[in-house]
Amino acid sequence: MEKKTNEAEKKLERRNFLKKLAVVSMAPIAFGFLGSGEKLMGLKKWVLDNGYVPKDHKWGMGIDINKCIGCGRCADACKNENNVPREPFFFRTWVERYRIYDDGEVLVDSPDGSIDGFEVLSTKKKMERSFFVPKICNHCDNPPCVQVCPVGATFKSEDGVVLVDSDYCIGCRYCIQACPYGARFLHPVTRTAEKCTFCYQRITKDKLPVCVEVCPTQARVFGELNKKASPLVRFLRMNKIGILKPSLNTEPKVFYANLDMEVK
Amino acid sequence: MEELVQHLTPILKEITGYIFPNEVELHWGILIVLYPYLTGLVAGAFILASLVKVFNVKELQPTYRIAMLTALAFLIVAPLPLLGHLGHPEKSYEIFLTPNTTSAMAMFGFVYAWYLMAVLLLEIWFDYRRDIILWASKEKGIKKWIHKIVSLFSKDISEKAIHFDKKSVKIVTIIGIPSAFLLHGYVGFIFGSIKANPWWSSVLMPIVFLFSAIVSGIALVLIIYMVVTPLRSKPIQMDCLDKLASYLFYVMIIDFSLEALDFIHRIYESEESIKILSELVSGKLFVSLVVIQLLMGMLIPLASIAATKIFKAPSELKKMVYFIAAILVEIGIFTTRWNIVIGGQLFSKSLRGLTVYKMTFFGLEGFLAAIGILILPFIILFILMKLLPPWEEARNP
Repeated sequence: MEKKTNEAEKKLERRNFLKKLAVVSMAPIAFGFLGSGEKLMGLKKWVLDNGYVPKDHKWGMGIDINKCIGCGRCADACKNENNVPREPFFFRTWVERYRIYDDGEVLVDSPDGSIDGFEVLSTKKKMERSFFVPKICNHCDNPPCVQVCPVGATFKSEDGVVLVDSDYCIGCRYCIQACPYGARFLHPVTRTAEKCTFCYQRITKDKLPVCVEVCPTQARVFGELNKKASPLVRFLRMNKIGILKPSLNTEPKVFYANLDMEVK
Repeated sequence: MEELVQHLTPILKEITGYIFPNEVELHWGILIVLYPYLTGLVAGAFILASLVKVFNVKELQPTYRIAMLTALAFLIVAPLPLLGHLGHPEKSYEIFLTPNTTSAMAMFGFVYAWYLMAVLLLEIWFDYRRDIILWASKEKGIKKWIHKIVSLFSKDISEKAIHFDKKSVKIVTIIGIPSAFLLHGYVGFIFGSIKANPWWSSVLMPIVFLFSAIVSGIALVLIIYMVVTPLRSKPIQMDCLDKLASYLFYVMIIDFSLEALDFIHRIYESEESIKILSELVSGKLFVSLVVIQLLMGMLIPLASIAATKIFKAPSELKKMVYFIAAILVEIGIFTTRWNIVIGGQLFSKSLRGLTVYKMTFFGLEGFLAAIGILILPFIILFILMKLLPPWEEARNP
């Protein structure tokens, strides 16, 4: 009797071994099957442990250009919150100043991403209009960066936020080339692609992205796109809305009120 | 980190207009210039070789095996610059294990493996099999064993087997031509499909890449043939050389027409990006694009080859003209790659400013590494030529 079970066990063992062997030998050719779905498991587990269900949300941001005073507190707070290197070459968000003169000249600048605000200007030329434009990853619904990533390290989460899995990123920088908005950079220490996550560590805990929270004029509005009661939906209802580079069909989820034609 | 900051800080002063703050670091440097250059040489050399087998261009027979070995030597080196520029080369295998099916770059591994295993190695093996067996039978020591292993221990040199070899070479070549088109056309697609970048985004990009690849491949084989043959104290066959130069000439005409079409099309459509692109072409890219790529790398070689034809130049003069023309073409195609890869990153996607590219001297992505990667294929080619002599007289030991 014992011998029989032993044999049965052996058979089972052998079968399991063969199964594993088949899986291992399939691995190199099973491309596509082990796609980003597999990679998302870790993230899913983390957010679900926090009681956050990604598919119940669809996040977006509204930015009212008329309200922005160019203080740069958003850019500064973002660097602190997300451990972005302080050097002036790495930004998840920054503010641009536009000066349009009556002779048609357009000057744009963003010294150190606006972290220390802007210097007062003195010029004899007559200004036609001037304004500040906060920039951030547009969390495109049709993201070119996700399309080109060779290993699927960057992906659109179920809540619409475009994220990077730095464990998978190989640092090829194709996504940086593909982003039309200059919203990505290579982190100089981790050597992987980096970008705005809408402060994913905060929004999954019912907090606002830090740039929204620190804005003294409430130029930035963060919220749900699919829930009528959300402040973002109200923002979209109350303003004339523009998006950046609409001709590229990236379908941004960052919406600008009072956007000027000079902003690209 | 500190090194990078030191490298980037002086660039801030050289920026004209406005660029996005994340654009100060230029991401694809000299190594990514080398990558399309090297794969282009592979595809070009292979297509030249296939002229002999598929289109029966008898005059080019002396260069057939040279071209195949050249293609192999450069293909072996082609992934190195890609690997060197990755932030995490140790994770590169993920491209094979979990490729993102919508990414052009993810297909690299598969296209490369297909081309190396199913085309180049197979064709070289079938073409050389009989000779390797004969060599092995007359050699001693290590060389005998190397040849035995390379022949995969096959021994059959009956007429039937040789007939099968010949047929196989032809079939592999026929599969190989579209594969070579795929190999390099796809490299063009990597750039041409980036809609965010108006300098790259063009449907013509893969085709322009392909024809410039053929141009560079023919020129390279011509140079190698002209250098190696006198070194072996053998006469250069003029009919072969003339044929090479003719093909170089015709393909350059196609390449030139395509590039001209692209240029005219851009100017005529005059899209949003035209202002910053004209500023780029007339400023920072003027020397490398207009002077080197267009004048030195295209018009002068075209005119000089045409002149040898029209004035029926004597052989010695023709040799000199062909050689210089081929060298100029190589420099020209290299700058073509430079102008595409680096040029496409010198202007901001805000279309409001230009930046500069500062190459480092040392380091994985520096000038020295690039020179090393450029020399390496020639060392491999030297070894391959020792191991598998591509000369006619080596065929009957």
